[in-house]
Amino acid sequence: MFEKALIGSKKYWGLVIGLLAIMGVGAIFYLQQWNYGLGITGMSRDVSWGLYIAQFTFLVGVAASAVMVVLPYYLHNYKAFGRITILGEFVAVASVIMCLVFIIADLGQPTRALNIILYPTPNSILFWDMIVLNGYLLLNILIGWNVLASERKSVPPPAWVKPLIYISIPWAVSIHTVTAFIYAGLPGRGFWLTAIMAPRFLASAFAGGPALLILLSLILRKFTKFDPGKDAIQNLGKIVAYAMSINVFFILLEIFTVFYSQIPEHMHHFEYIFAGLGEHGKLVPWMWTSVTLAVLSLILLINPITRRREGILALACVIVFFSLWIEKGFVLVVTGFIPSPLGRVFEYSPTIPEIFITLGVWAMGFLILAVLYKIAVAVKEEIET
Amino acid sequence: MNNRIIIIAGLIIFLCLITFPIWYNVVGGKAAYAPELKIVSEEKQCVESTKYMRAKHMQLLNDWRNSVVREDKRTYTALDGKKYDMSLSNTCLKCHSNKADFCDKCHNYVEVTPTCWNCHVAPEGNKL
Amino acid sequence: MKIDRRGFLKIGGLGILGVAAKPVIDVVSKVKLAEASAKKGVLVEKRLAMVVNLKNCKDGCTDCIDACHGVHNVPYIANPKDEIKWIWTEQYEKAFPDQEHRFIGGGMKGSPAILLCNHCDNPSCVRVCPTKATFKREDGIVMMDYHRCIGCRFCMAACPYGSRSFNWRDPRPFIKKINPDFPTRTKGVVEKCNFCEERLAKGLIPACVESCKNKALVFGNVEEPNSEVREILRSNYTIRRKPGLGTGPQIYYVV
Repeated sequence: MFEKALIGSKKYWGLVIGLLAIMGVGAIFYLQQWNYGLGITGMSRDVSWGLYIAQFTFLVGVAASAVMVVLPYYLHNYKAFGRITILGEFVAVASVIMCLVFIIADLGQPTRALNIILYPTPNSILFWDMIVLNGYLLLNILIGWNVLASERKSVPPPAWVKPLIYISIPWAVSIHTVTAFIYAGLPGRGFWLTAIMAPRFLASAFAGGPALLILLSLILRKFTKFDPGKDAIQNLGKIVAYAMSINVFFILLEIFTVFYSQIPEHMHHFEYIFAGLGEHGKLVPWMWTSVTLAVLSLILLINPITRRREGILALACVIVFFSLWIEKGFVLVVTGFIPSPLGRVFEYSPTIPEIFITLGVWAMGFLILAVLYKIAVAVKEEIET
Repeated sequence: MNNRIIIIAGLIIFLCLITFPIWYNVVGGKAAYAPELKIVSEEKQCVESTKYMRAKHMQLLNDWRNSVVREDKRTYTALDGKKYDMSLSNTCLKCHSNKADFCDKCHNYVEVTPTCWNCHVAPEGNKL
Repeated sequence: MKIDRRGFLKIGGLGILGVAAKPVIDVVSKVKLAEASAKKGVLVEKRLAMVVNLKNCKDGCTDCIDACHGVHNVPYIANPKDEIKWIWTEQYEKAFPDQEHRFIGGGMKGSPAILLCNHCDNPSCVRVCPTKATFKREDGIVMMDYHRCIGCRFCMAACPYGSRSFNWRDPRPFIKKINPDFPTRTKGVVEKCNFCEERLAKGLIPACVESCKNKALVFGNVEEPNSEVREILRSNYTIRRKPGLGTGPQIYYVV
């Protein structure tokens, strides 16, 4: 099937070359990081994780979202999603690969990465994250590829794929739960020390991921002959509406607990993102943007009149995605370190090389996605003609 | 099979190119030389036999570092019963103080770049 | 990085078994050790600890810091972003945020407190390390294996005392005078105080303790009832940093 990725329109090749160019720029900056060390980024002794780990955290959510199309289709026989399960699975493949690359980009000694396997350490959450992420990647490649290949031949998928599909459903939950545990189990980091970290991650994943899927479906319909179906898009819209509501609810729960209990070590972090601490308030405009966008998206998504209009739904999805990106793909990780355990406020902002390396990884993810979608769409078009 | 000649010619050119370093050295008369190492020491023997050290010094050093760093065991008993302090800087380099003429010569010859010296301090003088 | 299902189940099963069995084994081994030592009438356990007497610590004195950083090739990087420190001073109320109030007396307010790795009994950094590059020795020293560290910085997120530094860049150009007997570090690894384990192996006391003229730092085996640290702990009221987190810090402060 791979040959289908090698034949395409000018637009397709333009996209591929454009993404390759961004990757190339990212690679040049990564070489610089390789030679100089991670000091090239904005990270510091106090804020020791930054944009890379935040992107990883956000993308785990995007990856887990595949389950939102797989579960209704395979467990509840909801036919409308049948056409787009492959899109969800391929999004998962691309995002898990991005996650892994972001972790490697963040390592101080990337050549020693295999030490995680050479010296397996079950008491470390990172060890389990390595297992669940690679497992999820493998599951989605196997399922997506085999289902698509059988679809092409108009035969049912091989029997061994079915159990893998069922395993992939709880597995999707596990990748986000384990990633949340990285943060939620650390003493002395009040911002992360919350039992609803995993549920919060899942809620935001099930909002952000399907929002991306809706946008991708609309793009595919516009530029290809493949139609994901109005029903599928509308029902994904409902999922986004529910998940985003739950996500906002969870954040309100955090805010209540922190500000009503008045425990300084927990409260200072929230003060930092919503009001700033002293003259330090770099994240305040970002956080309020995220909050405003979240509220706006809820208005557009909950109201059926706006949600049913595809143009507005698309806009709402862009808003959801961007709001969650600010919250999970930046603020959540960075704020855990501000103020530091010694009460010092040392702010963080990514540097130019760091931003370009990040863009490079995103471009790589979108390239993988573009190639996989090209194959999927070509197969679907072939069947329909 | 009209392309047969082109394919075979291509293969021959490819083979010539990838074996070029061998030809070049044969023609230049520099084939297969062994690096000459210098040792400035009064000791007759290293902690183990030369043959063993030549083949296994990296494993030995690896075992030493794990033993010292992770198990706090710092004395190495050699095959002949002699005891040594397990330390790259303080044991090995006491004799092999000429890093450039000893370590680097061979490492350069076989194209390896051990990362030892990123942290461990090379002896003064004969640095490269 | 792929793991097949059988392999995963094996590791997973072992891991779960291990997690479940560890507390049991811990309890059993402690009981056995206590029995053994009770029989012999001697304590076999060794637990290294330090007492910092803040009353004796002179404002503006940096002897311990200079001694430690000199002997361990700790670079001096002025930019706080890339800073590396094993032992340093912090205002008392920053070091002990739980003890902070408006009327702190006894000259403690704003006075410097010596901070270093707490060599915790239950270290969260060791718990999170994915490669066992940081581990706890039997004598209680929390060690770093710089050869194995992959530079993920999970330990820095886990340490509630800010005791860990990362080599954001090559440290060598920032070391004023390299001590050839101790390795420097390389870029991309985490480092911290090692309780001078390399000096202890030679029968020396930690460099900071040796350098302090005012006896503000005392080091020893806290399981040994007649040790100097125990004597100070007996005769003085001491506090520890953030004891409520359950990490069991082993640096005690006389205030």
